[in-house]
Amino acid sequence: MPDDVTSGFLPGQDFAQLLAALTGQGYRCVGPTVRDGALVYDTLQGVRDLPAGVHIQQSPGSYRVEFSQGKRLFGWANGPQALKPLLFAPREVLWQAQRTAGGELHFSQEIPEPLPTAVIGVRACDLAALELQDRHFLETDVPDAGYGARRRQLFLVAVNCTRPAETCFCASTGDGPAVSRGYDLVLDELDEGFIIRSGSTSGDGILDLLTLQPVSPQQLGAATDATVRAAAMQGRQLPGRNLRDLLFGNLDHPHWEVVAARCLSCGNCTSVCPTCFCYRELDQPALGGESSRHYREWDSCFTQGHSYIHGFTVRPDTRLRYRQWLTHKLGGWHDQYGRSGCVGCGRCIAWCPVGIDITEEVGAIAASPA
Amino acid sequence: MTVAMHYPHEAEVIERCQESPTIFSLVLRLMDPMVASEYRFTPGQFNMLYLFGVGEIPISIVSDPARPGELIHTIRDVGRVSHGFSQLGVGDRIGLRGPYGRGWPLEQMEGRDVMIVTGGLGCAPVVSVINYILQRRERYGRLVILQGVKHSSDLIWRERYAEWERQNNTQVLLAADVGGEPWPGVIGPITMLFEYARFNPQATVTMMCGPERMIHAAADVLIERGSRSEDIWISMERNMQCAVGQCGHCQFGASFVCRNGPVYRYPDASELLAKRGF
Ligand code: SF4
Ligand code: SF4
Repeated sequence: MPDDVTSGFLPGQDFAQLLAALTGQGYRCVGPTVRDGALVYDTLQGVRDLPAGVHIQQSPGSYRVEFSQGKRLFGWANGPQALKPLLFAPREVLWQAQRTAGGELHFSQEIPEPLPTAVIGVRACDLAALELQDRHFLETDVPDAGYGARRRQLFLVAVNCTRPAETCFCASTGDGPAVSRGYDLVLDELDEGFIIRSGSTSGDGILDLLTLQPVSPQQLGAATDATVRAAAMQGRQLPGRNLRDLLFGNLDHPHWEVVAARCLSCGNCTSVCPTCFCYRELDQPALGGESSRHYREWDSCFTQGHSYIHGFTVRPDTRLRYRQWLTHKLGGWHDQYGRSGCVGCGRCIAWCPVGIDITEEVGAIAASPA
Repeated sequence: MTVAMHYPHEAEVIERCQESPTIFSLVLRLMDPMVASEYRFTPGQFNMLYLFGVGEIPISIVSDPARPGELIHTIRDVGRVSHGFSQLGVGDRIGLRGPYGRGWPLEQMEGRDVMIVTGGLGCAPVVSVINYILQRRERYGRLVILQGVKHSSDLIWRERYAEWERQNNTQVLLAADVGGEPWPGVIGPITMLFEYARFNPQATVTMMCGPERMIHAAADVLIERGSRSEDIWISMERNMQCAVGQCGHCQFGASFVCRNGPVYRYPDASELLAKRGF
């Protein structure tokens, strides 16, 4: 095909071509696959690993995978995790210290050397979250080495959502269901195949390797209709895009107590949230005592240790922790990162063991502000 | 930004001094000559000190920035890492990375009167600035130091206060919530000391550190007496692990204390200061 083409139609039965092209260019393909009753992102051996016909029912405190006879590969909204653990590793060594027999210390930084990785089926909410994590970990004078090394090797194949979950509210945060930027390739899934478009020069390179057909106006129309319908299907919403003043103006609102009475402070919400970035650091000395590795691992503002300063805990109870999470995510982020820290993925709603719903909790405060 | 931001560099204890039963100072020297020669800091900034196999803690640098070859850190033995540091002696090696955060506004203070308000034990961030001013006395106007402690026996460095007191155009006032043996100060909250302090609120830049309630109360009195709130600076403390604004532990409203602080202009922190949970 002519090399200035940046979009085309890929028949459904040819989807393997895309995986082959990526593999041929040296990428490890990672994508959604069903395991242990949830959709997880893992290395794909082939198209058969993709969740054909899978739908997912999500509601507060519940997540259920359903299988249908359908052929669509992306007829579901999201899994508990997508990009975050691929870049911000749940646990990794930051540096290590060696001690000589004479007591001298030598330090070395551990920078990973990841393989080029192509992620298939990235959603609009996850691209928006990625942009925020990039801002946090990379757009600073002390960029994070491990995150940066993995980020540079990432190739993103996004897909426009056609079937949001009941918990999704990306339309209200302005982050979906259609993908707008930050991808290498983006797919629209139709019954007969995919419209595929490139959004970067590496995307162009992959597109050139595929045998594509021209996209018909009907196909384009069907794709647009599908995302418009997906937006209309979303029943949840936040009461505004910038809730900073509402939340900081209601620090003593009685509703914080109401949520605290149900919240278990388990931190599930922060670990599934694609924008949460807290981590703790810890040392693990080797048995022989001659070296020690300094790790980081995901932490949560719901833990006791998170706000501990010698002998004093800034947030000893659940009310203060839940309030911290929300005032930061929906308030403080505007000052720190120029927008809210919520991309409307709904994960914290589905994966909360007691079904606490961020949109309802904020809604309750917005309904009766101080 | 300086040399050692991401991981520690080897440092040697060149002197150790027991300041009180639980407070001690370590004088440190960076071992790598390259790292040492590029190392610069401002009073009010801190380093992350690493104890081999145990972990890191943030410690304010109290020595003079003109002598980066001898970095003094005053530490209270209150946790696993600090207790380990208390056991070290001359010649022992630790890790050091830094300096981090924003220090005191030393240039903006030049030519003005300075007031230091501090509560609690051996409040290191303000000790650094007092030392700095006394070494450059001619650049600053009047110096007033207000120190509050819980119990009169808590005050460390009595000789130092006595010596500061003898400096020209300098006033030192002490307050203890509970008095004991001969106590050269008042018994009561630190805010009582403003009655005795001779200072011109409009001409004075104030630097504070200590419990947030105390800072809040003292700032209220100062503003009531005519200080501009922009002339009040405070140093804050939070859980800090990465020190580069990434791990999230020192989150304070919309700022990271390790990066945007630990020294804040009072109006930038007052909204949430001493607000439970922030
Ligand atoms: S707060 Fe909840 S809905 Fe918002 S981005 Fe995080 S997990 Fe998704
Ligand atoms: S809101 Fe839900 S998921 Fe989050 S800490 Fe509370 S109980 Fe756990």
